[in-house]
Amino acid sequence: MKKYLLTLTTVLWLCAAFAQNDKYTNAMLPKIALLDSNNSVDEWKSLSNAFERIADAEKTKWEPYYYASFCMVTAGSRAMPTDGSMGDNTKISDPYADKAEQLLDKASALSKDNSEIYCVSKMIHSLRMRGNPMARYMTEGAKASEALEKAKKLNPYNPRVYILEGEDKYYTPEQYGGDKDEAKKLFEKAKDLFSIDKAITPTEPQWGQGLVWYFLSQYK
Amino acid sequence: MKRIVFLIPVLLLSTYLLSQTTISGTITDHKKQPVAGASVTIKDSYDGATTDSLGRFSFTTFEKGTQTLVVTNIGFVSEEQTISLAGEAMTLNIEMKQKITELSAVVLSAGSFEASDRKRATAVLDPIDIVTTASANGEITGALKTLPGTQQVGEQEGLFVRGGTAAETKTFIDGTLVNNFFYSSVPNIAQFSRFSPFLFKGTVFSTGGYSALYGQALSSALILESIDLPERSSANVGLSVLSANAGLQHLAKNKKSSWGVNYSYTDLSLAFAVIKQRQDYSRVPRVHNFDANFRFKTSPTGMVKYYGYVSNNKLGFTVSSIDSLGYLDKFAIANTNIYHNLSWKENLHHRWKIHIGLSYSNNKDDINSGLQDQQKNDVVLTGLEFKNFGIKTKGNYFNARLVLEKKFKGLTALRFGTEYNYSKDHLVFTDYNGQPYTNNISENLNALFAESDIYVTNDLAIKTGLRAEYASLLKKYNLAPRLSLAYKLGKHTQASLAYGIFYQNPEKKYLPSPNMLDFMKATHYILQFQKVANQQSFRVEMFYKKYQHLVKTDATQNTQFAINNNGFGDAKGIEFFWRDKKTIKNLDYWISYSYLDTKRDFLNFPYAITPNFAAKHTASIVAKKFIEPIKLNLNIAYNFASGRPYYDIQYDGSQYKFTDRGTVPSYNNVSFALNYLPFIGKKNATVFPVYVLQVSNIFNFKQTYGYQYSYNGARKEAIVPTSRMFVFIGAFISFGTDRSDEVINNGL
Repeated sequence: MKKYLLTLTTVLWLCAAFAQNDKYTNAMLPKIALLDSNNSVDEWKSLSNAFERIADAEKTKWEPYYYASFCMVTAGSRAMPTDGSMGDNTKISDPYADKAEQLLDKASALSKDNSEIYCVSKMIHSLRMRGNPMARYMTEGAKASEALEKAKKLNPYNPRVYILEGEDKYYTPEQYGGDKDEAKKLFEKAKDLFSIDKAITPTEPQWGQGLVWYFLSQYK
Repeated sequence: MKRIVFLIPVLLLSTYLLSQTTISGTITDHKKQPVAGASVTIKDSYDGATTDSLGRFSFTTFEKGTQTLVVTNIGFVSEEQTISLAGEAMTLNIEMKQKITELSAVVLSAGSFEASDRKRATAVLDPIDIVTTASANGEITGALKTLPGTQQVGEQEGLFVRGGTAAETKTFIDGTLVNNFFYSSVPNIAQFSRFSPFLFKGTVFSTGGYSALYGQALSSALILESIDLPERSSANVGLSVLSANAGLQHLAKNKKSSWGVNYSYTDLSLAFAVIKQRQDYSRVPRVHNFDANFRFKTSPTGMVKYYGYVSNNKLGFTVSSIDSLGYLDKFAIANTNIYHNLSWKENLHHRWKIHIGLSYSNNKDDINSGLQDQQKNDVVLTGLEFKNFGIKTKGNYFNARLVLEKKFKGLTALRFGTEYNYSKDHLVFTDYNGQPYTNNISENLNALFAESDIYVTNDLAIKTGLRAEYASLLKKYNLAPRLSLAYKLGKHTQASLAYGIFYQNPEKKYLPSPNMLDFMKATHYILQFQKVANQQSFRVEMFYKKYQHLVKTDATQNTQFAINNNGFGDAKGIEFFWRDKKTIKNLDYWISYSYLDTKRDFLNFPYAITPNFAAKHTASIVAKKFIEPIKLNLNIAYNFASGRPYYDIQYDGSQYKFTDRGTVPSYNNVSFALNYLPFIGKKNATVFPVYVLQVSNIFNFKQTYGYQYSYNGARKEAIVPTSRMFVFIGAFISFGTDRSDEVINNGL
């Protein structure tokens, strides 16, 4: 009984201590698990808010800012009209892009030359471009490719680089340089990289497998 | 003891559980409407929630004691509230204030059109529209002539706005006045503006009621903002039936500075050989243009920009003389123009901003006019000696400007500053027997101005301004108040009004005057309604403009000079603008219509009449369609103007009288342009060629701008375009991506 009690006490104490250390991971993991699901605009915004809360509380970790930015830019992408109009939608795209950029700036201040951060930067520029493709093709479009190049240069084994590249190839009409076959190769490359890509910590970016699965399933 | 040991963690655990607090509530805006998607957080904790579509939130927290609750959302000002957590559930209802931003706030839009990437309601045009409007011929003012308020005047350059003369519109580049925006005038042929539309990222065209930061324009201000650092290094070449050009733009590796040079040579020989001109050219227009620029960042927010331009052009032609049958009227001009513009913009501490602009220009014209016989020998005819003359002008112009801006909360701002314009015009007139007459006019104009933008809420904005000027030439002061107000009526609609007094010095071509003159004066009243939603914009504007102290002239030896400021006039009208990018996929079009009722008594008019540059009805339809699969951009423009009045005024020895009057037929023009952009869609393209085919007046409409009269008034002749139709073919190629960057960088 004595031994049992002692063990219980130790376990309880340990739990409390551990809870303090692992509070961050425990808060992050369930949210990270949602990143590969098909969320609504409001859900993405709410996820972004949740990551931002953690980020602001922790202050020294780049991941929550990164995720907050990723969720915000994704919310923006989903909020864009899908009627294929080439007109001015900057009133929709820019508030999301501005907020996402604010969050990403905080992430990159904490982690320089990070391939993952450049991937999200690419997404933000792409969102801005979609706000007014005719007027921003030359500026934001160029910045988006530049960010993606940088992401690839920093980590050629980052599967998300190829997902973003593939996505562009997939959705761009053929006369603008889109190519679904080339896109497929890129998604397959990402899929291969996922099988060898082992995250060191559970909070490191791992999203994208769902997207790869989705795109590859479109070819069947 | 054992029990106590056992109890400690249990107690700890229970207090832990007990201190959990549930916080719930609703977030609303100032109109009590729920705010969805707002983030509610306990500062420096993980705990919080996002509001649902009804603005509701609820979460639990283990934090205790005094904490700060933070509410944030896109488009709103963050709210903080101190709360005390004691384990009891709390309900909080918090009201958020909307952030006043350019995106959400009402826009002071009365009398103003903007072509820029800024997301404002006045931005009815994109910068690219200036270049792709079919009737614009790649010229800035050409595109603006498809907007309401402007006239289709083809015999003379310039923007004629709401019953005003071309001289009543002034152009500013990066804040400072441009003295010779157009190439020097040639009789009955409208000249182009000197500056490429690609130099500018933003264009604000005011058809009235413009800001107190600008002055000396009775009708309109065209405010151009030059581009910042280029996105990348590039090189470009162009070849067309009219000209050849080449240029380089180099961006430093650190992307903090750039420089560039361009040269173009225009020679109309080829075009004129194919398209017959009304004029018989002895010297086909040839233009050399050279420009250079540099731009560098002085800080993350500061930038210095320089643009310099040198141009030389010559032309000469004859037309059948209207004054003497069988003879020819000769006109020849040589022009050299130098323009420098230097500006500095910087954000200072505490939301202060400084903007300094300097510009210097020098313009030389050498005009030779006279009569020739059929063999093209110069002749002097008795009674028509005045037709043989030479004019040499030299103008030196310096403009400086300083503006300080302080931003307050939201978009509310205060601006003030000073402007100085110096001009010195030297003219030598040589008559038929070589007798020279000189005329020197120098002028100093000093201005002080202040303006405040007050955003009361997102829905109401007021701009008040005051401008004071002193003109050394007139030895007079003026004080010009300006006011503009905008109110948001609904989510997409707004109403605005503008009022202002505008002064302008008498035009130098009527000086010197034997009498002391005063400023000319115009008072504007503008009322506007605008709806911008879903890729569609609609605006209707009504205006009344009152002219006072216009210059009246008298003439001796065919030279008009100002005698007094007794001229007057008014202009009123209603204008409509509709742009739609939505209804038909990939088709973008706009329609503008203006009704103008204006009369004025100025220059040598016997009494107030509608001047010959004002048509009652003007309309334009511009359509652009991009055909994706073949990468072809189709542009078409139709311009219409009802017949303008024409008249001949003669002095009968005691007074000026109309000896003939009438109305010219209405004006119709359909222009068409094709742009082929084969690079679109090619990723990693290194070459960006644009092929252009442009035809003006494709339906070969007969166009008459007006009539000119012989000296004795006995003969009249229609003023018509130099050719019925014009065709332009060209290729413009730009090189520049990451790879060619290296080629260029290494090559330099």
